[in-house]
Amino acid sequence: MVHHFDLAHASTRDLNHALHAFNGTDNDTAWQIKNANGLHNLAVGLDAPLTVDIEGHVGYYCAGMNKFARVTVHGNAGPGVAENMMSGVVRITGSASQYAGATAHGGLLIIEGHASSRCGISMKGVNIVVHGSVGHMSAFMAQSGRLVVCGDAGDALGDSLYEARLYVRGNVAGLGADCVEKVMKDKHKYEVDGLLREAGVSGADAAEFRRFGSARKLYNFNVDNADAY
Amino acid sequence: MCGIVGLFAKTPEFESQLGHYLTPMLLEMTDRGPDSAGVAVYRNPVPDGQVKLTLLSTAPWFAWQDFENALRYAFPGVTGLWLMGNHAILTAFAASADLAGWIRANYPAVRVNSSGSTIEIYKQKGLPAEVAHNFGVSQFVGTHALAHTRMATESAVTTEHSHPFSTGEDLCLVHNGSLSNHNRLRTQLQKRGIHFTTDNDSEVAAGFLTWRLMEGDSLEAALDRAIVELDGFYTFAIGTRDGFAVLRDPIACKPAVIAETDQWVAMASEYRALAVLPGADQAESWEPAPGRIYSWSH
Repeated sequence: MVHHFDLAHASTRDLNHALHAFNGTDNDTAWQIKNANGLHNLAVGLDAPLTVDIEGHVGYYCAGMNKFARVTVHGNAGPGVAENMMSGVVRITGSASQYAGATAHGGLLIIEGHASSRCGISMKGVNIVVHGSVGHMSAFMAQSGRLVVCGDAGDALGDSLYEARLYVRGNVAGLGADCVEKVMKDKHKYEVDGLLREAGVSGADAAEFRRFGSARKLYNFNVDNADAY
Repeated sequence: MCGIVGLFAKTPEFESQLGHYLTPMLLEMTDRGPDSAGVAVYRNPVPDGQVKLTLLSTAPWFAWQDFENALRYAFPGVTGLWLMGNHAILTAFAASADLAGWIRANYPAVRVNSSGSTIEIYKQKGLPAEVAHNFGVSQFVGTHALAHTRMATESAVTTEHSHPFSTGEDLCLVHNGSLSNHNRLRTQLQKRGIHFTTDNDSEVAAGFLTWRLMEGDSLEAALDRAIVELDGFYTFAIGTRDGFAVLRDPIACKPAVIAETDQWVAMASEYRALAVLPGADQAESWEPAPGRIYSWSH
């Protein structure tokens, strides 16, 4: 059964209230949401394996804190999509604005267009696959999880990185502090290959990607630097 | 936080509906800036040799008739003064600098919002809906327009602190963000003869562009220089006689979305302000890249 919900005739709060009614259950109902028109906070705080399809572009913080649900935005997403996601899948068929997937702990975020600045900032375990390119300061202070970029990465990629793994197929405009290129071993190609399949990326080969990670000089205290403090 | 919208007509049919579409865009940005609002519209160009000024009276009761009589005595070339609330459109065969200087010396309660041949700037403290209603924005017919909704963060909530700010003949600026070096810049610009009426940071950005343009820079060159000299966060929209330009600072925290169809080009702080335009859902839309100048002109 598919529930239809038209935001031209009901509020964001009505929508989220209706979706939250399933929180804590294993209900897997499908939802079709119409007339998003750039509204903020759509389908946030879900905690059930619902399938939610949103027609049109969405505003700030769509699918924030998502748990278990599969949310698809058929359009572009404003700032902070899937912020602090815990699990489930959030897919954007268009492009995403800044800080997509910020602080997200788990699940998979797929952006079929481009992501702008600060994609995956402070990510804590989420996997993010961007079919296009990402803007500057992406994966800033990223702690864990994987960021796969099929296009190019903007300046200061992975600045002050912890243990997230970053894979980029195209050009990298510049690396942030303590972010370095690392050897792409078979196990990494295998990891990228799996994520590309999961994210429905066609025409990209895991072998074309480069791997970036932390040099671990910034966040491990080095006694030789004691005088600097 | 503030809201910006800009709308540029690509067909004569759309020009005739400019205000009709600009108004819901402006209202959609109300919760980004409920303190005050302003609109710059480019319409009704004056014949060659004349200038058009938008005046604003900051006095609660102002004797516009006395003002007009004195003005006509000093400037026989005045061709009209049309009142709209506490604003007035003045047209004259005269130099706009002479008119502005005379007004400043004789009627300090009257501010010059804009000068040029086509630009008109209306702004007021209060909700965007009130501002749109008071100035009949939905009836505007013109080639392009910019509008701003203000949520003040660094200076007082008054009509004079509201945007758009004039940056020269037929030029104006609206700003979402905050500048951190505006006090030092204001002092430097005052020494170069730029006049400021408030302690607002965005007025300094406008004054900076005014100075660069007076020095002979093109708009692009002036904006390139602004990226270097202005310290802070900004999305700027700049209105020109023929079109408008958009610039975000290199950090690009402040949002902006641009969309384009065969009928129009529009920019806004958020997509929801563009969603009211015909064909917006099918329009090509994108986020302007940091530190890059986008411009359209007729």
